[in-house]
Amino acid sequence: MAWTQNVLRVDLSSGETLREPLNMVWASQYLGQRGLASKYLAEEIDPAVDALSPDNKLIMVTGPLTGTMASTGGRYSVVTKSPLTGAIACSNSGGFIGAEMKMSGWDMIIFEGRADTPVYLYVENEKAELLPADDLWGKSVWEADQRLRRKHQDPLIRVACVGRAAEQGNLYAGVINDLHRAAGRSGVGTVMASKNLKALVCRGTRGVGNIKDPLRFLQAAEGGKRVLAENAVTGQGLPQYGTQVLMNVINEIGAMPTRNMREVQFEGAHKISGEAMHEPRSSDGRPNLTTNAACFGCTIACGRISTLDQGHFTVDNKPEYWGASGGLEYEAAWALGSDTGVDDLDALTYANFLCNEDGFDPISFGATVAAAMELYETGVIDQQETGGLELKFGSAEALTRAAELTARGEGFGKVLGLGSKRLCEKYGHPELSMTVKSQEFPAYDPRGIQGMGLAYATSNRGACHLRGYTVASEVLGIPEKTDPLSTEGKAELVKAFQDATAAVDSSGLCVFTTFAWTMDDIAPQLDAACEGEWSTEKLLEVGERIWNLERDFNLRAGLTGKDDTLPRRLRKDAAKTGPAKGMVNELDTMLPRYYEIRGWTAEGELTAETRQRLNL
Amino acid sequence: MLRALNLEPQKCTGCLQCELACSYENEGVFNPARSRIKVFSFHDEGRFAPYTCTQCEEAWCVHACPVEAIVINAATGAKEVVESSCVGCKVCTIACPFGTVNYNQATGKVIKCDLCGGDPWCAKACPTGAISYVDLDHTGLDRMRAWARQSPAGPASFNTPRPPDTPAEFTAQD
Repeated sequence: MAWTQNVLRVDLSSGETLREPLNMVWASQYLGQRGLASKYLAEEIDPAVDALSPDNKLIMVTGPLTGTMASTGGRYSVVTKSPLTGAIACSNSGGFIGAEMKMSGWDMIIFEGRADTPVYLYVENEKAELLPADDLWGKSVWEADQRLRRKHQDPLIRVACVGRAAEQGNLYAGVINDLHRAAGRSGVGTVMASKNLKALVCRGTRGVGNIKDPLRFLQAAEGGKRVLAENAVTGQGLPQYGTQVLMNVINEIGAMPTRNMREVQFEGAHKISGEAMHEPRSSDGRPNLTTNAACFGCTIACGRISTLDQGHFTVDNKPEYWGASGGLEYEAAWALGSDTGVDDLDALTYANFLCNEDGFDPISFGATVAAAMELYETGVIDQQETGGLELKFGSAEALTRAAELTARGEGFGKVLGLGSKRLCEKYGHPELSMTVKSQEFPAYDPRGIQGMGLAYATSNRGACHLRGYTVASEVLGIPEKTDPLSTEGKAELVKAFQDATAAVDSSGLCVFTTFAWTMDDIAPQLDAACEGEWSTEKLLEVGERIWNLERDFNLRAGLTGKDDTLPRRLRKDAAKTGPAKGMVNELDTMLPRYYEIRGWTAEGELTAETRQRLNL
Repeated sequence: MLRALNLEPQKCTGCLQCELACSYENEGVFNPARSRIKVFSFHDEGRFAPYTCTQCEEAWCVHACPVEAIVINAATGAKEVVESSCVGCKVCTIACPFGTVNYNQATGKVIKCDLCGGDPWCAKACPTGAISYVDLDHTGLDRMRAWARQSPAGPASFNTPRPPDTPAEFTAQD
């Protein structure tokens, strides 16, 4: 039935580990991964708890298809209450650790309490033990990974780890697995470090079996792979250019947030695009991109592996950065690049390496640097405040130096680690923070893509593109084209994307499959693998239930409908160029309709009927 | 006609679909730890490479086995482990120069690639063509074709012979 039905509960305060059976009633209502762990979290903690106190819990969770042959079936999520947003956090990652956890026989690991001294959890099949991590504390993700491999003398272990940023209290620190894949957003790594938990080390040899109807599953998985291979986005665009295939496209339509979202088109986009990563450098004649790479079981392989120019000013005396590693995805290229006005591809790649090496979110980091640059250029802060950093838009030196400081939580890097909201408040200009619920925007300007404004404002984890990616419809025409400049029908569109995505995020599959797959491609794979009946209708119902559960958690945590908003800049300052020239985001015309079709009150609260309908 | 697994590392993305397919076919579970084919990641070089048994003609493992538990399948040329005969002595794992025969703690026997009886699942599962199952006598055919493609184009009669001192303009693609 695809679930292992084993939950590992780890009490960090007492050092005890305990196996308990998975709640299968909840599994039938919330599927797995994002949905199921959110249910556990909502049941087990007070949503009003301080996110960095021992009373918060941190859940690492797989989906029923994690570890199977379904394409992209290697995802896992980290679910907790976010210290950045105060809302529920769920960060999803690929790589190989999720499948390894499942191969060890666990659906989910729940961490509670706080260890007295640094520890890491070592899981080898049914064996799970907390081991001292004093020698790993204060070390980067990359160094800790090396040390763990030396210590265990096992090249096949998989590691998920927090870096120095998380240890230093950076509020958008992630959990990095397999060196450069990240449960990146909302500060889930910060919570992990607050528990004195440095890493999860996993080695599983039991495998994933227990498939309900193996033959039907293999056929459904095979059919799914064929659809991915034949689709232009998942079969060609993503393998060749990665998510960076979007850089020039989004810039063209005037939805590329630039220089702290003051502008909507970046003149340097072509220099930092997916196409540019293929171009041989004038300096050493080699391209930035070394190869594409797949996460576990993924037949798309959108991952970027890049190699820096050894003569680049950032690394010319640092051979430790001369090897290949995780390169720029679109979001990182945008946040580190266009939002800060920097068009030096290798500088962005170096900053991205640092984000992986010490575990902090390049989106939130880049956007926070962008806000600091605006504060610097308008004279609110000066070099004395920044410790000598000349934070000018377009400065690759400032960006990369800021990344080095933020990685270690040193100097002005400590301030940058607060995130854009707290940084702008600290200097008396909260209006310059481009955030929703204190989380920084991703790479789609909602003035040029109206539906995304509503998606951002209502996202349960703060500004985020992965909670309802209406870009697919509004820009790419998937599943059907809608006008990005119109608000018409966007409430319905946003709700549909949010519910479907919540289901996909709970399955063990990657949301990027939905460039090609509809729920009708996903349901047969789940139905063949999992106990129970999993139709498209059931999955959409599960997705809607998850969405409302998360919403309910946030309301109980103290957020209200007033938090479903956008910064003034996006609602009042019109786009200056491009197809959206003269437009702002018309959130106010979309939000009431959205509340209505969600079955919420005019204040954004769940009605009794909605609770009853969704069995909440 | 005998066939061989043809591995082209430059096409590999490291997705492990081959390992999942192999383990499922052989063990009935998705379990890379029990796969007969392994994908290696050379992280610093940004390189992946699948590797498995080449089915040596004069196979070290066959010669080393004291109980004749590794036999030749005449139809496929594969060297197959007879589980009922294997005593788990591991001499074959030492004898194999390539490391492609491995011990399985769970069963106390060795495991190795058996070409799935002539229909290898790894090749079917590979999404990029990094693993194919081709004529044993022509594992180099794709590379020959790639070179051939770069030879001078146009109707044969229009081509003039190249002066002997002109360097070849083409370079290997793989």
